[in-house]
Amino acid sequence: MTFGRGLLVAVLLGIAVVVQTAILSPLRLPGATPDVVLLVVVALALVQGQTPGMLAGFAGGLLLDTVPPAEGALGRWALVLCLVGLLAGRLRDTAERSVFLPIVIVAGCSALATIGYAATGLLLGDHGVSIPGVLSALPAAVLYDVLLSPFIVPAVMWLARRFEVSTTYARVRR
Amino acid sequence: MRDNGRTRVILVVLLLASLTFIALDSRGSSGPVEGIRSAVASVFGPVQRAVSGAFRPVRDFFGGLGQDQQAELDRLRAENDALKLKVRTDDYTATKAAEFDKLMGTAGRGGYTILPARVISIGAAQTFSWTALIDAGTQDGLKVGMTVINGDGLVGRVKSATSSTAIVLLTIDPKFFVGIRVEKTNEIGAVQGHGLDPMTLTTFDHLTPLSIGDRLVTQGSDLFAGGVPVGDVLSVQANAGDVAQRGTIRPYVDFTSLDLVGVILVRPRTDPRDSVLPPKPSASASAGSTASPSASGATVTPGATGASPSASRS
Repeated sequence: MTFGRGLLVAVLLGIAVVVQTAILSPLRLPGATPDVVLLVVVALALVQGQTPGMLAGFAGGLLLDTVPPAEGALGRWALVLCLVGLLAGRLRDTAERSVFLPIVIVAGCSALATIGYAATGLLLGDHGVSIPGVLSALPAAVLYDVLLSPFIVPAVMWLARRFEVSTTYARVRR
Repeated sequence: MRDNGRTRVILVVLLLASLTFIALDSRGSSGPVEGIRSAVASVFGPVQRAVSGAFRPVRDFFGGLGQDQQAELDRLRAENDALKLKVRTDDYTATKAAEFDKLMGTAGRGGYTILPARVISIGAAQTFSWTALIDAGTQDGLKVGMTVINGDGLVGRVKSATSSTAIVLLTIDPKFFVGIRVEKTNEIGAVQGHGLDPMTLTTFDHLTPLSIGDRLVTQGSDLFAGGVPVGDVLSVQANAGDVAQRGTIRPYVDFTSLDLVGVILVRPRTDPRDSVLPPKPSASASAGSTASPSASGATVTPGATGASPSASRS
């Protein structure tokens, strides 16, 4: 994990959180809010693999947990997105086989995150979480994430790849 | 193989860290976690304010698309035609001013001193908590626990604040309870939010019957300013032998298109009782027009919002 890579991850996650909370969530789309942080985590994990994916997910989750108007207990998104990063990172080699597989992975991760976040809420006794509520939010959450992914996932993957390449070159030259 | 082992160790560490954070935060101790939150909020708050402000015209264009699609679509088409005409004469600022006038009208009737603020961000629906981030903070005189209203009625209560932003717990959040009083009969009760489902009402007296359409205002207390309109009774379930009466409420505030709000900084010395409610017979027709002339009693504290130009106007 180089410094440059860490900086890239931090900047991308910061931008994703601002876009999600200040631009997309006030649109009040029906059902759910598109999860830009999740898309960035998945894209990073698909390039960098499971360990960096996990770390990016944990960091992004902590940001989502703390940036206002976050309300749930600190650590809930961190837990869920950490697992999402791990899953997407594990599927890195599989994902390269087809153009459509990353979209399938985004859909799966989005569903996992929505259900996972709701499950932590149920375990903690959050009054607002109900099974019918989750079932109605789930299709919307997955749909928005899948629709947004062509705009975000390839761009983030391209950026992350450039960083991988440039740092390897630098190492070789040294 | 070695890489797999390392991954497993990191995974366990991260999961334990998450669980520790959750455990620390759920105990309700406002120690280190609140510190982290307010530190992050003071870094991201200004950025969120700026970005949200820059995208406001786009959001107003898309605003409130949703919940009830077909009816909403028809209404929007009609509204869009009307608005196209208006836009040509640059009436954007005028509609904002009308919104502001309505807020000031409500504040004036209640004698509240309010701080106008705008909504920057709203909590994600899939987190099942209903909160809004507003662009006013402690440096504008806002304090935790203050009541938040808009031109239509009760919006929520300030839950936490930084110097330039504050989080409002909305009335429809399941953790939100407010004491209410029924107009005229003075029966008291409590209202709880249920997200997008109608709010529920429990009254403590079964002798005075509730009826559909009864209007509710807040009961003044240590926590809330009194007399703020909350909503109409939508349905009543009376159970024989039950001391309490239960029912559902339709809130006056449209939580899908929340924009300009007012934080009640100072309450009047006496509870305004029913005087904040708009006159009943013309309730539907007067939604936009009642407020404008009556802004006299309200006091504005010029805040950090773009609303100040119209403050000098009224």
